[in-house]
Amino acid sequence: MKSSFYQHDVLSILDFSREDLELLFGYAERMEKSIDTKLSLLFGKMVALAFFEPSTRTRLSFEVAAKRLGADVISITGEESLSISKGESLADTIRMLDTYSDLIVIRHRYEGAAKYAAEIARHPVINAGDGKQHHPTQAMIDLYTVKKLFGTVDGLNYGILGDLRYGRASTSFIFSLTLFKPKKVYLISPESLRVREEVLHVLKERGVVYEERRSLGDVIEELDVLYVIRIQRERIPDPIEYEKVKGSYKVTLDLLKRAKKELKILHPLPKVDEIDERIDNTPHAAYFIQAKYGIPVRMALLALIFGVEP
Amino acid sequence: MNEEPTLVVSKIRNGTVIDHIPAGKALDILSVLGIAGKEGLRIAVLMNVESKKLGKKDIIKIEGKRLSPQDVSAIALIAPTATINIIEDFAVVEKYKVTVPNIVVDVLACPNPTCISNKKGELVRTRFKLVSGNPLKLQCEYCGTIISGDEVVKFVIKRK
Repeated sequence: MKSSFYQHDVLSILDFSREDLELLFGYAERMEKSIDTKLSLLFGKMVALAFFEPSTRTRLSFEVAAKRLGADVISITGEESLSISKGESLADTIRMLDTYSDLIVIRHRYEGAAKYAAEIARHPVINAGDGKQHHPTQAMIDLYTVKKLFGTVDGLNYGILGDLRYGRASTSFIFSLTLFKPKKVYLISPESLRVREEVLHVLKERGVVYEERRSLGDVIEELDVLYVIRIQRERIPDPIEYEKVKGSYKVTLDLLKRAKKELKILHPLPKVDEIDERIDNTPHAAYFIQAKYGIPVRMALLALIFGVEP
Repeated sequence: MNEEPTLVVSKIRNGTVIDHIPAGKALDILSVLGIAGKEGLRIAVLMNVESKKLGKKDIIKIEGKRLSPQDVSAIALIAPTATINIIEDFAVVEKYKVTVPNIVVDVLACPNPTCISNKKGELVRTRFKLVSGNPLKLQCEYCGTIISGDEVVKFVIKRK
């Protein structure tokens, strides 16, 4: 029987169940074992990467994941370099990519762009980030990282710190936790960067225990996982607004003195100044391991969408 | 229709009567129907008249106008108690209560400027999901933005 990923779009992490993600994690574990070899599971398949917004990690890890599985990759990057700048609609670009490839990975600054692309394309579409809304594959990597570090996603205290208003990685991570049983989720942000109403709506609807806080210092002792994101400068419409919140939060060594020994810090990267760089060398820092899992998790996802087993 | 005898408004021959509008909402409804008064349509607007059901209500009579499904959805969002009467040759040939649909297509514009439905050059039909009826809350299916209560009227796409 084919899984619910088979030939399916990946638009929001909320489109999946806990069971789906556990299946994905099982595939990712197996992919980790063959990470250094070139497989031929997707031989003859063409994956299109359509990145209308800058990306390093996500784009490269999708490219590596597809190539490791034996697929070919075509890619377009940056809206400026595309026919789009000559006035072509996104719809027309997607129609073209859909005829050239078997799967489209899209990143776009407009919320809902991936959903719109999926309505146009016959082939599956993976959302690699649409504006401030979703980044489902990042959430898959984040959960996989937690699972690897703690053996479970359930029963832990999570702190999610930073620009929760404009951060799509944090939004998808919060959504992903609603599929599991976290003990408590602390949403920590400056007042003007609080999580959006529609995100709180999902937390309430799904009965997740959460609390909004302004300061990491108030809850640091309780946390098992601290998820940090940078201020999404490019999405804050008003530069004055950005200036007001710039540098308003930072994880410091001093703060970590009060943290549990087992506390792990995750960050979808790139990080700017929200984590003291001296933390990179402590056992708390898990963000580089998290980044490394990008490839096996995306390999697992592609394999499941194309219905092949590792 | 349940008019009081003191109301002196002539019957219409062919057209639509929108009754049981919550008091004070009639002008909002004309606005979302794209009626400014310059179209030449014969229109009667009664506001804050007595109603057995609602205490006070508004009524709109429009000669020579049939409502589209989008018009009816828009009316339901602003006046969920409204009833629509289709009039032919002075008689009510059809009467129904509006219902707030679970999915509202092509009726509301999304207030989020970076929603794909607001991107120039793309033919996206807006789609909102009803999250709650009372208080009224609708969520954009593309970008997730929630609009609620009285602000909904501001986002109804004006039609000619």
